[in-house]
Amino acid sequence: MFRFIGRRLLEAIPVMFIIITGTFFMQRFVPGGPFTQEKAVTPEVQRNLDAYYHLNDPLWKQYRDYLVGLTPKRFHPGELLNGLDLKAAFGVDFGPSFRYSNRTVNEIIADKLPVSLELGFWSLLVAMVVGMPLGIIAALRRNSWMDYLSSSVTMVGICVPTFVLGPLLVLFFGIRLGWFHASGWNDPSDRVLPCLTLGLVYAAYIGRLTRGGMLEVLQQDYIRTARAKGATEWRVIFRHAIRGGILPVVSFLGPAVANILTGSFVIETIFQIPGLGREFVTSAFNRDYTLVLGTVILYAGLIVLMNLLVDVAQVALNPKLKFE
Amino acid sequence: MSAGPELMLAAEKGHSPWADAWRRLRRNRLAVAGGCYVILLALASCLPWVLGLSIEAQGLDVVSAPPGQAMIKIYVPTQRDPVQYTDLEHFPTSHDYIAGAEGEQALAALKSGHQATMGGKTYRPSHFWLGADILGRDLFARILYGARISLLVGLVATLVALVVGVTYGAISGYFGGTIDTVMMRIVDIIYTLPFTIFVILLMVFFGQNIFLLFFAIGAVEWLTMARIVRGQVLTVRKMEFIEAARALGLGKRRIIFRHIIPNVLGPVIVYTTLTIPAVMLLEAFLSFLGLGVRAPMSSLGVLIKDGAEKMEEYWWLLVFPGAVFSLTLFSLNFLGDGLRDALDVRAAKD
Repeated sequence: MFRFIGRRLLEAIPVMFIIITGTFFMQRFVPGGPFTQEKAVTPEVQRNLDAYYHLNDPLWKQYRDYLVGLTPKRFHPGELLNGLDLKAAFGVDFGPSFRYSNRTVNEIIADKLPVSLELGFWSLLVAMVVGMPLGIIAALRRNSWMDYLSSSVTMVGICVPTFVLGPLLVLFFGIRLGWFHASGWNDPSDRVLPCLTLGLVYAAYIGRLTRGGMLEVLQQDYIRTARAKGATEWRVIFRHAIRGGILPVVSFLGPAVANILTGSFVIETIFQIPGLGREFVTSAFNRDYTLVLGTVILYAGLIVLMNLLVDVAQVALNPKLKFE
Repeated sequence: MSAGPELMLAAEKGHSPWADAWRRLRRNRLAVAGGCYVILLALASCLPWVLGLSIEAQGLDVVSAPPGQAMIKIYVPTQRDPVQYTDLEHFPTSHDYIAGAEGEQALAALKSGHQATMGGKTYRPSHFWLGADILGRDLFARILYGARISLLVGLVATLVALVVGVTYGAISGYFGGTIDTVMMRIVDIIYTLPFTIFVILLMVFFGQNIFLLFFAIGAVEWLTMARIVRGQVLTVRKMEFIEAARALGLGKRRIIFRHIIPNVLGPVIVYTTLTIPAVMLLEAFLSFLGLGVRAPMSSLGVLIKDGAEKMEEYWWLLVFPGAVFSLTLFSLNFLGDGLRDALDVRAAKD
């Protein structure tokens, strides 16, 4: 297993390298820069700015310096608990932000990423807690009204996108009923609407996948064997069937995490949440080179890591698969 | 085996797999309803003038009119669409109003629900069935126009994904071996990339060009198509009926076009139908972030975004575009599911 993980991590290196290089040069070859949108500055000021941010170095040198700063230099994961400082933990330095003077990209990430992670965590929890029971019930009572009800609910979840559901929830629960704030991220109650919005959409997918997986598993011989041996229905479902039934859900979790991360762009915009997703979109508009790169690298890294975890979990759950 | 040739012919008649699929599809009411809805929406969105709607006509007297509010459409002789809106209350104060008998006559006609002419313009009483937006434009017409762009993006970007995916998948599956391994490994790697992020960057950096939108979305969506086609080609190539066809001495071209392609086509059709809503969703997602199509063009995503900003005062600006968009996704998904059942494609996606 460790060899498997090691090989996958090695494979991730060229992927990350392509992402970093692609994003770096794509940004630079596009017209406009971090300071072009501001009111025209005197050439003197422009020169100072360029010199301060090393923008007049040759491009290959900027690229090399960036890669050098980025390379992990130490391994103290414990430091992460100490305010999510990637520099202290791994020696990864994303450089200074171009638009927020006096702030480094590391600081901005440490500031905003926890918000996005919290949003993502609760959303994923909502998705699992709502989606899996829906799917299991639908599979157990196949072609009953419960199955049709749950299928309709999941279809609604798939077809009503977050950017329709979110504003509707705000309109109804926030404005008409006044139960929650329409936007913001201060009280614990502010978490409810955004996490519901993002979670329910994925609950729909998870419900569908669980239903399909459970239906397939329930036809297997080993389920019949378990029943024949006199296991209670409860035990058959939760001890034997569920393990295989949630396999499709587990393989969906990799893409789901990626989708929840990008989905948070919209959620953070709707609910005015100070997370990294909104920051990413703004930074792209502002041509904040280092902040864009830092966020892209971070997201890509998280996704690669998540896919690896999913693969490990899949093998752990399915005895037929082996680490190759 | 023992059946005579006439009997076999009779049994085979009218049993082509496509006819079977069509019969199965027609029995699936949800899929048929979905298909009808999409066709109706496409027709209505391409022919708004048939319904007497105009996407540009404005009425500053009737800004943000709620759904169902009565209004008056103003036509000028040379145009078939209304050019402006007003209402009964503002009609006598408008600067086109001709005081005296002519004006009073027109007002009386309009009040009793008839059309009137005054000073060369035609005035026709009507309603904003879905309300008006904050510029006094008919929301119904705007939604139809937005749906036209959304469907167009959905179709064209899916076509891009289809062409790239089928070509890539067919090459990979046909050649097999090392080429196949390498090509599919590339797809696997690209699959793990945060592609939505790249679409966002592309749209920000290169401006919101609608052709770029087609290309960018198509570039994301071709991967699954390539996988499906490759898998199909691989299995079909090794099937016994292909061997039988070869044993009968059929030419390569006949085998490919008559036997391989029709068997690959089913999953491709199903997945294409399911890609269209996925593409429309991505387009609306980008438009919601302000990165999709740009004014003066509009799409359902843009309308939803504008509606979400104004929903506190004018709920209809959010609810109706959102409902039309969701219904469209619903219909396309049901149609795709129906096609999957009808063509008997094994669950390719989930």
